[in-house]
Amino acid sequence: MTKDECKQLVLSIIADIAPDEDLSNVKPDVRLREQLQLDSMDFLDIVMELRKRHGIEVPEAEYIQLASLDSCAEYLTPKFNALAGQS
Amino acid sequence: MATQNSLAHGRCVADSLLLRRMKPPRIVLTGIGLTSPNGNTLSEYRQNLLNGVSGIELIEVRYMGAQPAGVCHFDPLKYQKKKDVRIGTRAGSISIFCAREALADCGLDWDRVDKTRVGIYLGITEHGNVETENEIYNLSLFKHDTRFWTHHHNPRTVANNPAGEVSLNLGITGPAYTLGAACAAGNLGIIHAAQMLQLGEVDLALAGGVSESVGTFGIFAAFKSQGALASHPDPTKASRPFDKKRNGIVVSEGGCIYTMERRDDALARGARIYGEVGGYCVNSDATDYVLPNAVRQAECIRKAIAHAGLTPAEIDIVNTHATATPQGDIQECLAIGEVFAGCADVNINNTKSFIGHCMGAAGALELAGNLPSFDDLIVHPTINVDELDPQCALSGLVLNQPRTAKRVDAILNNSFGMLGINSALIIIRHRT
Repeated sequence: MTKDECKQLVLSIIADIAPDEDLSNVKPDVRLREQLQLDSMDFLDIVMELRKRHGIEVPEAEYIQLASLDSCAEYLTPKFNALAGQS
Repeated sequence: MATQNSLAHGRCVADSLLLRRMKPPRIVLTGIGLTSPNGNTLSEYRQNLLNGVSGIELIEVRYMGAQPAGVCHFDPLKYQKKKDVRIGTRAGSISIFCAREALADCGLDWDRVDKTRVGIYLGITEHGNVETENEIYNLSLFKHDTRFWTHHHNPRTVANNPAGEVSLNLGITGPAYTLGAACAAGNLGIIHAAQMLQLGEVDLALAGGVSESVGTFGIFAAFKSQGALASHPDPTKASRPFDKKRNGIVVSEGGCIYTMERRDDALARGARIYGEVGGYCVNSDATDYVLPNAVRQAECIRKAIAHAGLTPAEIDIVNTHATATPQGDIQECLAIGEVFAGCADVNINNTKSFIGHCMGAAGALELAGNLPSFDDLIVHPTINVDELDPQCALSGLVLNQPRTAKRVDAILNNSFGMLGINSALIIIRHRT
């Protein structure tokens, strides 16, 4: 998985979590909460969907890694690739 | 200590006597918002009740297959964001829709209303079954690993959820809670609101009842196990109170919320008044978990009529609770027959024959379907009575076709529930 593919995957989860938001111009280097109406409960939903849909675990201490699309990609892409390597 | 207790007791008695001598403010209904299986506005709903149009359809119920049920087809996105619909509950969406519609109907300038003085009082039969069942089903897909249990479960399932969602949606900061009263709950919401307005706790109440029960297989399955779930090849004929071939309850969802105010406040702002709370009674059978008790039901009806300062002969419409269970209908007919013996002009009808049993919404919703009778004097019928059960053959039953009444000045609305809770609410024609 590439980092861009990872970003698309995160965006598809956010589209379900925050269905009223326009996601066409999300800036990858800006914190998601600064450009979208997302609260802490929404981030818990993102964590849950990563677990449900992809088997990815994000420990609470590492939630900060989900702050922006860029940081999501940096943090999650190796996890996705590690999982792909296992299968 | 004994002296102190005696003094305290004496003071309580004095306070109680004083309260009884004081004439409580009169309470009126000034706005109606509803969603029913056969209509999303009062006019649409009423027209379907007069035209004999059922709102019952077949739906797929988890683990049970197709069942007759009453589903409301309103648009939640009229008043909610998609995200709020996702996070909240169906009962919350129904409540918000009804509350907003009632406010739009009542003519208040909402921006100028003091939100700290608004109370939300919603009757519920139960709440949380739908969300819990969904979550357990979801968990079963993940080998019952509780890491997959949603953090939304608690706010969705707390009993005050429907009222709380209205509070969030409308920015109301007064009291917002639900009243759990089984299927008597819709009446209880209105009665409780009247009391809170009379006590001066709030200046405006959003009150009624809601139910999302078609989303839970457990309610269907429990009625089935009890031998009390309706079945019929034609879903529109499945709900048939008083008919000899009735075989149980049609489970429905719904909601009906009224704006309620002290009469003086309503008159001062020139509000349209649908009716006035005339009297009411709530009592308990104390005899069985599910079986009704005609003696206590009759007692409840009599006390409500006395509370309204009326006699049985002055009641013009009795809207029955009857759910189409073989025993329940007979018990209610015994109670009504006893109270209204000799009252030749009383009109007796049933709304569940059109919309099924809307559970916590039933009392409030069924009342709404009858309020227009104050204006048009037409009593909507009980439909689906092909062969009247002789044990339900009350002389005033309005069967299958509407009837024009000689007079409609007082409507009695019965709602009874499991664990033996009974409620009778009387709404009277408002006269200036």
